[in-house]
Amino acid sequence: MAVKKRRKAPAVENEIINLTNVSKAYSTGAPALKDVNLHISRGEFVFIVGDSGSGKSTLIKLLLRELTITSGYINVMGYDLSKIRHRKIPKFRRNLGIVFQDFRLLKDRNVYENVAFAQRIIQKSNKEIKKNVPSILAIVGLAGKYKAKPRQLSGGEQQRVALARALVNQPTILLADEPTGNLDPKNSWEIMKLLEQINENGTTVIVVTHNREIVNAMQKRVVTLRRGVIISDEEKGGYIDED
Amino acid sequence: MRISTFFYTLKQGFRNIFRNKLFSLASIATIAACLFLFGIFYAVLANFQHIVKNAEEGVSVWVFFDEGIEDIRIQQIGDMISKRPEVAKMEFISAQEAWESFRDEYLGEYGDGFTENPLENSANYQVYLNDVSMQSALVTYLESIDGVRMVNRSELVATTLTGINALIAYVSVGIIAILLAVSIFLISNTVAIGISVRKEEINIMKYIGATDFFVRSPFVVEGIMIGLIGAALPLGFIYTIYNVVLSYVMDRFPQLSSLLSFVPVGEVFHVLVPISLGLGVGIGFLGSIVTVRRHLRV
Repeated sequence: MAVKKRRKAPAVENEIINLTNVSKAYSTGAPALKDVNLHISRGEFVFIVGDSGSGKSTLIKLLLRELTITSGYINVMGYDLSKIRHRKIPKFRRNLGIVFQDFRLLKDRNVYENVAFAQRIIQKSNKEIKKNVPSILAIVGLAGKYKAKPRQLSGGEQQRVALARALVNQPTILLADEPTGNLDPKNSWEIMKLLEQINENGTTVIVVTHNREIVNAMQKRVVTLRRGVIISDEEKGGYIDED
Repeated sequence: MRISTFFYTLKQGFRNIFRNKLFSLASIATIAACLFLFGIFYAVLANFQHIVKNAEEGVSVWVFFDEGIEDIRIQQIGDMISKRPEVAKMEFISAQEAWESFRDEYLGEYGDGFTENPLENSANYQVYLNDVSMQSALVTYLESIDGVRMVNRSELVATTLTGINALIAYVSVGIIAILLAVSIFLISNTVAIGISVRKEEINIMKYIGATDFFVRSPFVVEGIMIGLIGAALPLGFIYTIYNVVLSYVMDRFPQLSSLLSFVPVGEVFHVLVPISLGLGVGIGFLGSIVTVRRHLRV
């Protein structure tokens, strides 16, 4: 008799991210993540904090399926990332919005084209693009700067463009890797407020940061990593220092 | 693929050429330089081969018959020779024709004193070869035919032409190998520049969820366009240079025109255009695939 393959049942109700006993070791050096268990539900706002070398970037890369796990189980939005085929990865990533510390905008294209680019990838029609892009640019407060090239914008504005690009396809999860790392406090707060607003509209938001002030002020779930291990996972948590 | 995506891909491919002007120029220059060298080499080679071929076509052997041979046997020998694969064409020269030709060429009016044909036994077949290197094999065969008295040939001309043919073959292989090595070196350098220019852009596309096809397509369009331009430019140059050099040589050394005949430009380009365009497109296509492929597994 054939045995049906069964997906691991979610440990938490409405779970969207499930990491069970996940370890990641690089070919050289110490393991980057050791036996990590992390469960995130749809609609949550989670900070992932830790010092350099704590495994934050590795965790983000695993969630993006840029890296594969060494052992354990990882499931994001129903995709088993240890088994996903290369050609299925684009479809998986289209449900993720991603924002980087260094913005990663296409420097030779203007604001409109940078945002429209994400829509072209999912093959939206020109008519839809013309409707969606101005609307998302208005949300991030850049409606008037759609013709500007990235080099003509401030750091905060560039991050807003990156945010608009991440949001225009209405992702299920937004991953922000040190989104305020290159910004002054004022712009940092504005970006965080936008992320909060996006979360209130139903998008799961995961922010990797080491900005103590913001983490402590926002009173969200905080997962703290140290040397590849989760040492704390608190609702309405705060930034835990190394010592 | 949506039609709008198709046109977007095409548009991006064309735009990429202008976006990365320096890279595009470097790529076009590299391909153009390689194909220019190739084109010049091909044009020279084609002319050498043409000249040697002409010379070869003039090389013939003469087959003389035993004294008192019957006409029917001469006819049979002719049939045997014409069936040989080495033979391009042959003609029969009767004893009378041989004498008249000799008399007109060497004796002039002094020949009128002869009442009989002094070359009575000089009827022969003049046999032209397909390939001069086959001369000795053919001569051996001809000498073995019953009724053949003598076979005359120019060993020196045949050996010289065979030597030139071999030399052309060796030089061609050598130059093609050098051109290939230079091209690979130049093109791999250009591709390496392309990789550094494109790395970030490709990564961004992949993070957003672009498929390999979507990422690759504009680069392939760009690569093919660069390859086409890189091939068309040297073709234009070579066309002009070829005509100028040919008319200069003919004007400056008119005596050459009676000795040598050059290949018309149309004939050279009949072969060179498809090969160059094919190589240009191929190099552009492969170059863009290689450039992008290294970054697709993000």
